[in-house]
Amino acid sequence: MEHVNSQSRKNRKFWNEERKEAFSGYLYVSPFFILFAVFGLFPILFSFYLGFQKWNGLGEMEYVGLQNFQWILTDPIFWKSLSNTLIMWFLGTLPQLILGIILAYALNSTLIKMKSFFRVSIFMPYVTSTVAVAIVFGVMFNSQDFGLMNVIVSWFGVDPISWSTSEWGVKIAISTMVFWRWVGYNTIIYLAGLQGIPNELYEASVIDGATVRQKIQYITIPMLRPIIILTVFTSTIGALQLFTEPLIYIGRSFREEGITVVLYLYREAFTNLAFGPASATAIILFVIIIIVSSINVFVANRIGR
Amino acid sequence: MSTQASMKAKNTSAKGFIYVTLAAAAILSIFPFYWMFVMATNHNSVINSVPPAFIPGAELVTNFKNVINTIEFFGAMWNSFLVSTITTIGVLFLCSLAGYAFAKLRFKGRNFLFIAILVTMMIPPQLGLIPQYFIITKLDWLNDLKAIIFPGLIDAFGIFWMRQYISSNVPDELVDAAKIDGCSNFRVYWNIAVPVIIPAFATLAIIRFMYIWNDFLWPLVVLREESSYTIQVALRGLIDNYVRDNGMIMSGTFWATVPLIIIFLLLNRLFISSLTEGAVKS
Repeated sequence: MEHVNSQSRKNRKFWNEERKEAFSGYLYVSPFFILFAVFGLFPILFSFYLGFQKWNGLGEMEYVGLQNFQWILTDPIFWKSLSNTLIMWFLGTLPQLILGIILAYALNSTLIKMKSFFRVSIFMPYVTSTVAVAIVFGVMFNSQDFGLMNVIVSWFGVDPISWSTSEWGVKIAISTMVFWRWVGYNTIIYLAGLQGIPNELYEASVIDGATVRQKIQYITIPMLRPIIILTVFTSTIGALQLFTEPLIYIGRSFREEGITVVLYLYREAFTNLAFGPASATAIILFVIIIIVSSINVFVANRIGR
Repeated sequence: MSTQASMKAKNTSAKGFIYVTLAAAAILSIFPFYWMFVMATNHNSVINSVPPAFIPGAELVTNFKNVINTIEFFGAMWNSFLVSTITTIGVLFLCSLAGYAFAKLRFKGRNFLFIAILVTMMIPPQLGLIPQYFIITKLDWLNDLKAIIFPGLIDAFGIFWMRQYISSNVPDELVDAAKIDGCSNFRVYWNIAVPVIIPAFATLAIIRFMYIWNDFLWPLVVLREESSYTIQVALRGLIDNYVRDNGMIMSGTFWATVPLIIIFLLLNRLFISSLTEGAVKS
């Protein structure tokens, strides 16, 4: 102990407390920056470089200017993948958020018991892996007569639907997977928001003679606004990156009915070995995400006023 | 009296409505798990008939044997476990250390670096996907679990989360007192901060473990050999066959899902609050 103390006193000239603290600070945050430089920043910058090259992954790269972008933006399948992504975003996300609010409202009610049972069961899908969800629902949305969904529609006198090969069948199947996995997650987030609303507001409105609908319209929704904006934001970005569900459901065929932007990127890179166009797709996706996020922020600000 | 009676009637009907809604949601949430089990225990011919089986059968063992003959189920589960555990432990250590530095140590550029970390959270992970793949190839890490672990250690949210938690839960006085007693910065982190931030560890561990366990795109890209597959990539092998044995497919999916569901049911409160709090706070 003595020894250590005298040594540190000797070192104090250069290693004063301030220096020591700063050194430790840099040291402690450096792992992130080193790892990010290697596996984050460099790949991102290199993507922007690759987007302007022609490269099959092995030979020489060749600068081709905007050719990759031109090629993608004139490829009908790219536009198909974009419109698929947006349609499935709409089908999978919007109902999810609306039902999430309704369920959160129900769970927040003082009238009911067994709340934790409902909470746990509604949340359980989120703990399931996306791959597992896609496999299970893929079997449900089987195009054959014995597929569960076809059995269910047959109860209503509808003929078997070829889910996995029809334009809307694929989209409905994939949107259902997304919907099922995320609805409980959003419910719990809304529930947390609802529980943050002070009870006095409701009590005051009851004295003023407000109806249930008025309470929802004038207290619940406005108070929940930040959380609604948050969930719209995150689920939109998530939906734009949709990949696992369509890949598992439509498989290696990359069928046009279900191809998404990230699936298109994956196909260009790892099936067609066209790394230039694939990188260009990544850049375009990045730009789309920025645009959509800005629209989100803009709309949120407008509504917020 | 009459208004009270009508209020009561209204309450009962509201109550009924709420129960029906929640029960329907709970059934729809649980049903796929039950149905997975039904299919995992039935022979393919029973599943592929109209109407299909709705009650569990006796083929539990047979179906699972078929799974083991088709994919390296236990190997893949072990890989997933290994990768998720190592990454999670690494993330807990690195993020708490960096979070501690951002919360309690003074150094030049601290705020700038912290904001830089937050900005990285906005970048979609697919943007660097292709060069990342070539970096892994260059490092000769293809089919190596290191390819999942090292990039997985990057966790901007984790650093943010730890910083917030340490700022508001580790008192400055305690840190200063320990320093006056001659503790090194690392000692202060280890002896003073770490014991206090155990709850934050639990939250971050659940978020990170789940994320790595369920991740699919990145492992799919860098793990090409069956012996290196994580369970998510291996499960895909079940449906890639020419002959679709739905009983076998569901058996594999079911047994791959069960462990995480059991942990979730045991720790459901912690799970739910961790996974949703994380989202709201960020």
